[in-house]
Amino acid sequence: MSSVAQPSEPRRNDAGPDQNQRVASVEFFVVQFLTGLASAASLFLVASGLSIIFGVTRIVNFAHGAFYMLGAYVAYTLTDRFEGFFGFWGGIVVAALVVAAVGALLEIVLLRRIYRAPELFQLLATFGVTLMVQDLVVMIWGPEDLVGPRAPGLRGAVDILGLAVPTYDLFLIVLGPLVLGGLWILFHRTRWGVLVRAATQDRDMVAALGVNQTWLFTSVFALGIFLAGLGGALQIPRNAVTHLMDLSIIVEVFVVVVIGGLGSVLGAFIAAVLVSELNAFGILIFPKISIVLVFLVMACVLIVRPWGLLGRAEGPARQPAGLSIRPWRPMSQNQRLIMLAVVVAAGFAPFVTGDYALTVLAEIAVFALFAASLHFLMTVGGLASFGHAAYFGLGAYGAAFATTMFGMPMIGSLLLGPLLGVAGAILFGWFCVRLSGVYFAMLTLAFAQIAWSIAFQWVEVTGGDNGILGVWPASWASSPATFYWLALAVSVIGIVALRVLVFSPFGYALRATRDSALRSEAIGIDRSRVQWAAFVIAGTFAGIAGALFAFLKGSVFPDNLAIPMSVDGLVMVLLGGIETVSGAVVGAIVYKALAIWLVSQTDLSKLVLGAIIVLLVVAFPKGIVGFAEDLLARRRTRADDGGSAARTAPAKATAPTSGSGAAPIAAPKMEAAR
Amino acid sequence: MKLEVHQLNSFYGPAHILFDVDINVGPGEVVALLGRNGAGKSTTFRSIVGLVARREGRILFEGEDITARPTHEIVRRGLGYVPEDRRIFTELTVEENLMVGEQPERTGAPRWTPEKLYTLFPNLGEMRGRLGGRMSGGEQQMLTIARTLMGNPSLVLLDEPSEGLAPKIVEEMANAILAMKNEGLSIVLSEQNLHFARLISDRAYIIESGRIRFGGTIRELEESPDIRDAYLAV
Repeated sequence: MSSVAQPSEPRRNDAGPDQNQRVASVEFFVVQFLTGLASAASLFLVASGLSIIFGVTRIVNFAHGAFYMLGAYVAYTLTDRFEGFFGFWGGIVVAALVVAAVGALLEIVLLRRIYRAPELFQLLATFGVTLMVQDLVVMIWGPEDLVGPRAPGLRGAVDILGLAVPTYDLFLIVLGPLVLGGLWILFHRTRWGVLVRAATQDRDMVAALGVNQTWLFTSVFALGIFLAGLGGALQIPRNAVTHLMDLSIIVEVFVVVVIGGLGSVLGAFIAAVLVSELNAFGILIFPKISIVLVFLVMACVLIVRPWGLLGRAEGPARQPAGLSIRPWRPMSQNQRLIMLAVVVAAGFAPFVTGDYALTVLAEIAVFALFAASLHFLMTVGGLASFGHAAYFGLGAYGAAFATTMFGMPMIGSLLLGPLLGVAGAILFGWFCVRLSGVYFAMLTLAFAQIAWSIAFQWVEVTGGDNGILGVWPASWASSPATFYWLALAVSVIGIVALRVLVFSPFGYALRATRDSALRSEAIGIDRSRVQWAAFVIAGTFAGIAGALFAFLKGSVFPDNLAIPMSVDGLVMVLLGGIETVSGAVVGAIVYKALAIWLVSQTDLSKLVLGAIIVLLVVAFPKGIVGFAEDLLARRRTRADDGGSAARTAPAKATAPTSGSGAAPIAAPKMEAAR
Repeated sequence: MKLEVHQLNSFYGPAHILFDVDINVGPGEVVALLGRNGAGKSTTFRSIVGLVARREGRILFEGEDITARPTHEIVRRGLGYVPEDRRIFTELTVEENLMVGEQPERTGAPRWTPEKLYTLFPNLGEMRGRLGGRMSGGEQQMLTIARTLMGNPSLVLLDEPSEGLAPKIVEEMANAILAMKNEGLSIVLSEQNLHFARLISDRAYIIESGRIRFGGTIRELEESPDIRDAYLAV
């Protein structure tokens, strides 16, 4: 995956580079402030849509940025090709309506199946949709940036304190509060709005009063997507339309709703203004850390108010991702022997394959360790991190610094490099374990973005986008075969260590905090300390994998700690089977092999990958290992059905619950755990 | 029969909660479902309105099978449900809470308007603009009943309407329920408090460990102290 988020795209009619050169005067600050306000309008539209959707459906819609982008593309087509038909303003509104209809379709086809799934599945499914839209957009509109028409009547500029402010910016500045007011009226003066507010607090009670939640959800989702599409459509006179706008806006929108409080429209407005002004002035005052600045503010807000400025404490957490009906067991003697045989067989690979295959296999080994470390945090610890690549990437950068700056030998770099990942995990983890659920996921994502921003922006040290080159292994390990053995050995040792931890007293304590934070604290477990330790352990092993990766590739890039890398890790764990102990490793092997093969086979790898993710979540939520264990358990049950048929509770079909379709994930499986 | 529950079995996850529960309610009847804490009263109600995921058996409302229907459809047929924990929308005003419960008029069921409910519960009429979260427990109990009545039900399941209320409010509540009965509503109320139930009910069931142990008139219950002692005495 190529694109990485960047808080602000270049603006066409920004205050302009020539003006940036001038001495920063009072007038200039006023104009910069107005530019910030104008940017806030679109950001607010998109963020309020995300917030409204979350409030009622409890889904954090990762695809929101994709709909924002679609809004811009559709508006481009409507205003450029069909201007005579709709006019400019008609085109903008119709574009938002078209996108809202697509959103409603997505809700009906996909989201209804996963409302009761763990939030991780929802984030992943909507991320899969994002991937698919990225390829579809390029298929339909091509890869080039598109420049839309200007708004009729608002083409010029207004003279404010001697500086030119685009009229369109002034229009946006007025529009933001107007939409805020309109939404307030909608939610407070119509029955639909009152129902939405009621459902935000207690969906089941609303159903118990005879309201059809299914259509309430669909209409709320359509409204939220309409706002996203409108936000995108309104951008076309200001910015070029590109197929990278989705990820750049979604990160900013996440920051806005987290600062403002998920579910609060007014909070989204305040936070959108705050974030836009930080962007507008950050670039002037702290150009070095302008991208980081927003994330720093977000981290500060979350520490003081964990649910955002105007947000409310979350209700009881849903079933955490790792919870399993089938208890985990350490491997039996036989299973251990089988594993040993598999590892030994893997060790023979250099005698049967060529150099390219060995590089691929080494990469798979590295990612197996990375996935295992994420699995430890998210399945064993119940903490679904959306920014685990940060510690992988920090480990990679650590190794690169040790090699290129301090001239360390490879072994030294491999030992010291991961310490940077450990340090990052200690620092970020301390903040993150104070939160749970979606807020935890979003905060980990934000910290990963901070790490990414530093790597991207601190060019003197990190080389910025050009990365650090020349991180080659020592001469004794430079042949693909030796490096593969090294990677395999480190990876196996790491995975075994993590597995031992799962069945250690610490592992039991960690699983207790996952299964019930309250009860584990009641029996004397220091929850936040245990989770923090798990966070650091996971970060450590991710860092080790990252350091290996740096030497495997001979280079490090900001991409190593970007969102797509974090999501890769999540997909690996999910593909392998989230409720199982060994799923991550299997998932990493299959996913990495599949991804490498896919890229060589098709130009539409994102479309295929996105579809696979969506399919996994909806149809195959237990993953490969979970599926295999189900099969095995079923066969065993059938085998001794002779004697003990009535051992399990009656498994007859039962009536569905209220409104929204029951997800396959929601129903706990009743197969006997043996 | 207004409501017939046949052989109802309910489960929370792997736990079997209700065992072959049978309950019948005639038109205009007030029936009490008595039992101690954890006996299965709330689960019975939640199963009837479809809020329990796994349930087996047959539930007929006005002769039609509603067992497999989603909650909102069951409620729209005129089967109102008042939850034990009240579940007021705390961010909504009294008027807005009532608005959520609003459903079209129904033939054969009393019709309720906010004004009529403010006469039934005069306290509510004095605080129409107050947020649900700023009300006392007794006021919230009145609001949750009024909210359900806004759906113009023909039968109401009242889950422990007297729980945690001051004696004076309990009396008001009993009068309100009798007024509802006089409008022609069928009512099933769950209670731990036999004295409260005796004031307003025609018949009673006793539930214990998820099984119905007694079914009969209030008079029959009063004449069998051994049953009362076995299942209700603390």
